[in-house]
Amino acid sequence: MIQFILNNNEIKTSLPKGTLLLDFIRYHQRLTGTKIGCREGDCGACSVLVGEIKNNELYYRSATSCLMAIGNANGKHIVTVEGTNIEGLNFIQQSFANEGATQCGFCTPGFMVALAGYALSKNKKNTTTAIEAINGNICRCTGYKSIERAVTIIAEKLASNKSTDSIGFAIEHQFLPDYFSSIFNRLISIHSTSKNELATINTGYKLLAGGTDLYVQQHETMVDSDIDFLVAKPQLNGITQVGNICYVGGATTVTDLFESNIFLQHFPNLSTHIKLVSSTPIRNMATLAGNFVNASPIGDFTIFFMALNAQVILNNGKNSREVPLQQLYKGYKQLAKAEDEYIEQFYFELPAANSYFNFEKVCKRTHLDIASVNTAINILIEQNVITTAHIAAGGIGPIPTYLVQASNFLVGKSIGIKLIEDCIELAKTEIAPISDVRGTAAYKSFLLGQLIKAHFIQLFGLQFN
Amino acid sequence: MKNIDSYTHTRGESIYLDDIAIVQGTLYAACFDATIAHGKIVSIDIAEAEKCEGVVKILTHKDITGQNQIGGIIPDEPLLAADEVHFCGMPIALVLATTEQEARQALKKIKVHIESLPVITNAREAAAKNKLIIPPRTFSIGNSTNAFATCTHVFTGQCNTNGQEHLYIETQGAYAIPQENGVIKIYSSTQGPTAVQRAVCKVTGLGMHQIEIDVTRLGGGFGGKEDQANTWAALCALATHITKRPVKYALNRMEDMRMTGKRHPYSSDFKIGLNDDLKIIAFETTTYQNAGAAADLSPAVMERTLFHCTNTYFIPNVTATAFSCKTNLPPNTAFRGFGGPQGMFIIESAIATAADALEVDAWIIQQKNLLKTGDELPYGQKVQSEANECWDKAFVKYDMATLQKNVANFNDNNTLFKKGISVMPICFGISFTNTLMNQASALVHVYTDGTVAVSTGAVEMGQGVNTKMVQVVANTFSISATKIKVNSTNTYRVANTSPSAASATADLNGKATLLACTAILNRLKSVAADILHVADSSISIQNEYVFVDNKISALNWGTLVLTAYNKRISLSESSHYATPDIYFDKATEKGHPFAYHVYGTAITEVTIDCIRGTYQFDAVKLVHDFGNSMNPLIDLGQIEGGLVQGIGWMTMEEIVYDINGKLKSNALSTYKVPDIYAVPKCIEIDFLQTEKNNAAIFNSKAVGEPPLMYGIGAYFALHNAVKNFNKKLTPTFDAPFTPEKVLMNLYNKYGVESNSNK
Repeated sequence: MIQFILNNNEIKTSLPKGTLLLDFIRYHQRLTGTKIGCREGDCGACSVLVGEIKNNELYYRSATSCLMAIGNANGKHIVTVEGTNIEGLNFIQQSFANEGATQCGFCTPGFMVALAGYALSKNKKNTTTAIEAINGNICRCTGYKSIERAVTIIAEKLASNKSTDSIGFAIEHQFLPDYFSSIFNRLISIHSTSKNELATINTGYKLLAGGTDLYVQQHETMVDSDIDFLVAKPQLNGITQVGNICYVGGATTVTDLFESNIFLQHFPNLSTHIKLVSSTPIRNMATLAGNFVNASPIGDFTIFFMALNAQVILNNGKNSREVPLQQLYKGYKQLAKAEDEYIEQFYFELPAANSYFNFEKVCKRTHLDIASVNTAINILIEQNVITTAHIAAGGIGPIPTYLVQASNFLVGKSIGIKLIEDCIELAKTEIAPISDVRGTAAYKSFLLGQLIKAHFIQLFGLQFN
Repeated sequence: MKNIDSYTHTRGESIYLDDIAIVQGTLYAACFDATIAHGKIVSIDIAEAEKCEGVVKILTHKDITGQNQIGGIIPDEPLLAADEVHFCGMPIALVLATTEQEARQALKKIKVHIESLPVITNAREAAAKNKLIIPPRTFSIGNSTNAFATCTHVFTGQCNTNGQEHLYIETQGAYAIPQENGVIKIYSSTQGPTAVQRAVCKVTGLGMHQIEIDVTRLGGGFGGKEDQANTWAALCALATHITKRPVKYALNRMEDMRMTGKRHPYSSDFKIGLNDDLKIIAFETTTYQNAGAAADLSPAVMERTLFHCTNTYFIPNVTATAFSCKTNLPPNTAFRGFGGPQGMFIIESAIATAADALEVDAWIIQQKNLLKTGDELPYGQKVQSEANECWDKAFVKYDMATLQKNVANFNDNNTLFKKGISVMPICFGISFTNTLMNQASALVHVYTDGTVAVSTGAVEMGQGVNTKMVQVVANTFSISATKIKVNSTNTYRVANTSPSAASATADLNGKATLLACTAILNRLKSVAADILHVADSSISIQNEYVFVDNKISALNWGTLVLTAYNKRISLSESSHYATPDIYFDKATEKGHPFAYHVYGTAITEVTIDCIRGTYQFDAVKLVHDFGNSMNPLIDLGQIEGGLVQGIGWMTMEEIVYDINGKLKSNALSTYKVPDIYAVPKCIEIDFLQTEKNNAAIFNSKAVGEPPLMYGIGAYFALHNAVKNFNKKLTPTFDAPFTPEKVLMNLYNKYGVESNSNK
C-alpha cells in the first residue's frame, strides 16, 4: 500500500509500486494537465513537485514524473499543475499569460509546476535562480524570451518576501491555493513506511534509487518488478566529514550535494560544474550511486569522483567491501560488483589548500545534455612540483576512464606548456573513442586534449598558442 | 490582446489529443515498423502476436478496405508496406489491443522476414542513379552562362544543410470513434483536417461525408503535422472501420522520431559572379533535395527552394535547378520555411564564399544587392520591397558601426575567445505556391443572446490564429471578445480546407471570417436602420451599441440581434475567400505566386570558446516587416520562436542516420533542441510598421515562417568567428555548425570524418 497526498487529496493505492507516477496521474487520476513529451526526463512537460518533511521542515523539489515510481512518492506531497490552480489565474500563470509566454501550451504546465516549486524554495530570488528552476523544461514554440520576461516578474515579486515563510507568502500573494498551509500536518499524519522496511535492503529485489536511468532503459520491466526503494534508507543518506575525509551516502542526490556546505566549501566552482550536469528536476532525483552503477561511459559524477580517487563501499546486506572507483569498471556496462551488492557509500579526501580540481564537459548543447567528452582533474602541488595527479575522462572509451599513464606522467614534474602537451599525447594513447551521435572519434580524441588544456588554463592560467 | 488559450494552457486545462476522455471499449494501437531501410518483404507472421493477451486484431496491408495509398501530391506511399519496405520506420502492421501495454508487448511477437536491398541515404547518390521523385525543375532569368563571362569575380562552391526534427512536444496521434451508419469521427493532431479526411477515405473506401475530422488544437506542428498526420488517422480509422470499435494511437517519442519525416536535407553546388562594384551579376545553383522514400510534400518544398534561392537580392541572371531525390529515409516533409530556408542558405554560402575570397565583409555584398521595389525575381514576380527599409533601420538602430568596432576590439584583445557577427536579410513569399490552395471558408453564427461562434479551417497550434480570428470578429462587430468563441476545426462545419501552413492561415481564414461577419453586420445594420428609421449608411456599431451618424442610440447589440431574429433575418453566414491576383505557370516557371513578401534584417553576434569549440550567441537584433501588426504580443512570440528554431537548425540540431538508414538521433537525449540557456542572451525586435496596402488581413503581414530564416545568420556569425581565429580556414558551409564542427574548423581538422547525412 502506498500513501501520499496528491494536490489536496489523500491517496492510498495498491497498484504496483513501480507504476510510473506520470501514468498514475494521467490515467488513474485523470489529471491531464501533466503532459507526456518524451518519457525520458529530457523535456519537463510531466514535471511535478515532490514535497517532503526533512529536519522538521517541508521542502519541495521538482521531478519529472515520467521517471518516478509511485513507490518514491510514498509519504510525500505530489503537486501537479491542477494543484496550483486558484480561482482565476495564479500569479505565475498570469505572468505567463501577460507576457505571451505560452503558445501551443503543451510544455506550459511543466513550467507552471517548476515555478510553483521555485516560489516555495528557499533560493535567493532573481532571474538567474528562476531560470535555474525551469532549466529542465523544453519549449519548442516561444524561443524562451517571453518566458524569461515572465519569470523575471515572478522572481521580482517573490524577492519582495522578507520573511522566511515561503508557503505563507505564496498563498497570500496568490501563487498557490491555501491548502498548502495544511500539508505539513497532513504529511506528519501519514505513516507510510515502517522503520523496519527502511532499515533493511532486500538485495533479492530490484533496487531503485532515483530511477532517472532505470526508467529510461527498462521502463517496461520496472513497472511489474519487485522493487526495494533506496532513496529513503537512512544508511544510504548523508554527507559527513571526518577529518579531511568526506563520506557520501549512495542515495545522495546531485541537489543534496549542491546544497551541502562541505562541498560548497571545498569546491568553490561547484555551481559552474553542476550547471553542466543535467537539469534541476533530474538533479533532484538522480543519485550519485546510481550514476556510478549505471556505468555510463560519460557519467558526469563518475568522472568527477574518479578524479578525486573516491573509494566505493559495496554491501550485499551481510558484508561490505571497498573498491576504488577508478577500478569499478571492467567493460562496457560491466562492474566489479556482484549482482546482490549495492553502493552503500563512498568516501574521498577533500581537496586541500594546495589541491587543484577542475571539471570540464562539452556536448552539442552546453546544458541538459550528455557529454561528448567530459573530464575531471585533481592535482596536488608541493613546492611547484606535482605530487599527486588524477585525470579521469568520459566519452573516450567503453567505460568511464581513469587516465593512468597521463596521470602518472605528471607526478614529480612542474607545470608547463610542454608538459601538458606531452601529457595530452600520452592520454590519447590510452583512449578508444568511437563515432556516434555525440561526435566522431577524431573529434572526441582531439576534444579530450583541448579539455585537458582547459583544465590547466582554468586552474593555472596557462597560455597555449 | 493576449492569446485566448493562455487561461487553460497555464492551468493545465487545455485539451490535446491524448487528453480526450476515453470512450468505453477503446482499443489501443501500436505500429510495427520496418527495421531495415530497403528490402523485399518475404513474409509477415502475426500468428504469435495475435495470441498475446489483450490483442483483438492485427492489421496488415491485406486488411485495407480501400486503397493502400496515402500519397498526397503523388500516389507513391502505401499506408502499410505490402511487397517492399522503403525506409526504417515504415509501418508494416498495426496491433490493436485493449491496453497500450498489451499492444506494445504484442509488437515483439510479430515476425517479418525481409530480404535486404541496397540502401541509399544520400541525395547526390540517388540523383546519380536517377532515383528522382519528379523530374528536375529549373527557374531562370536572364542568361547566366553569358553573364559569367562579363563578371570580374566568379566563385564556385558547395554547401549542405542537414534536416531538422520538428520536435513538437505533443507527438503525433489520432483517435477514431465509430458513429452510426458506418460514420467515423476522428480526433486528429493534424494541421490539415481535410488532408486527413481524404487519406482516411482513400484507405477505408468511405465517402468524405462519412468522415468527421475534429481538431481542437495541437501541441506544436511546425509543418510536421501537415501531411504526416495522415498516417496515424488513416490507421486508426481503418481499424475502427474494421473492428467497429474506438481506436486510439498516440505515438511515443521514439516512434514519432523514427517513423516520421523531417526537414529536407539539401546538398548544393553554386557559382556566383560579381562585377567590380560587388553587384551580383550571375548566379547558378544545382541543388539536391533528400526527399526520402516517398514524395509527401517534397515537390512543393523543392519548388519553394527555387523561389527563395536568391533570397532578398536582385540578380539579373540566374539559373537554378533542383532535384528531388528518392532515398531510403522516412519521407521528408513540411517544416517551417518549407524549403525556403534551404534555398536561402545556398545564396548566403555563395556570398560568404565571395566575401572570404575578396576579403570584404559579406554584408558589403549583401547590402549592394538588396531588392528594390519593381525588381523582378527569377520566377517573374515584381516585388513591393521593404528590404532596404529593414536593412537601413537595423544598421542605424543597432549601430552596426559601433558593433563592428567592439567586435574587432574584442578579437584583438582575446586569444581564447573570438567573436563573429553576421547580417541576415530575408524575403519570404506569402501564399501557398500551389495557387488553388489559397482559399478558405468561415462559418459565423450570431446567437440570440448576442454571443458569436466562429468556425474556420484554421488549426490552432500555438501560433495564435484563434486569437486573431476572435479579433477579426470583435473588430468587425465591435463587440467584446468575451462574447466570441472559436470552435474546434471540424470538417462538418467547414469543408474542403487548406492545411494550416504557408504562414497564410490567419490571412486566408481571417479574410473569410471578415467576409462572413461583414455580411451579417450589413443585415443587422439594415434591421437597425429600419427600427431607427434612418438610412443603412448612417448606422454603425461601436462597443456593442448602435450609432446613428456616429451618435450613440439606445439600441444595443443584444437587442439588435434579438430583433433581427424576431424579424426572421439570418444571423449565420458561411463565406469563402480566395486570394486574388495570384497565379503561376509551371510550364514557363513564371508568374505572380505570392500575395506579398515579408522582409527583415537580423544582426547576429556570437562568441566562440576557441579551446572547447563551444559558443554562445550574444545577441540577435532585428528589424522585421510586420506591415501593421494586429497582435504585437503574438507576432513578437512568432519572431522569437521562429528565430530560435532557426538557430537550432543551424547549430545544435543534428540528425544522424547511419549508412543503413537507421536514425541514430532518435530521442531527446540524442537530438538536442535549444534549451533556455542556448538562446541568444539578447534578442531585440523592432517593428517595421508600414501602412502600405497589402493582401494581409488588416494589413498585418504573415509571421509564421519568415523569422526562422533569421537563424541562418547564426551559421554565418559562427563562420566569421571561426575565421577570426583561424585565418587559414577553408570553409565547408555544412550546417549545422555543431561545437564539433566549430572546434575542428578552428584547428583545420574538419572533414576527417563526418556524421551528417546529406
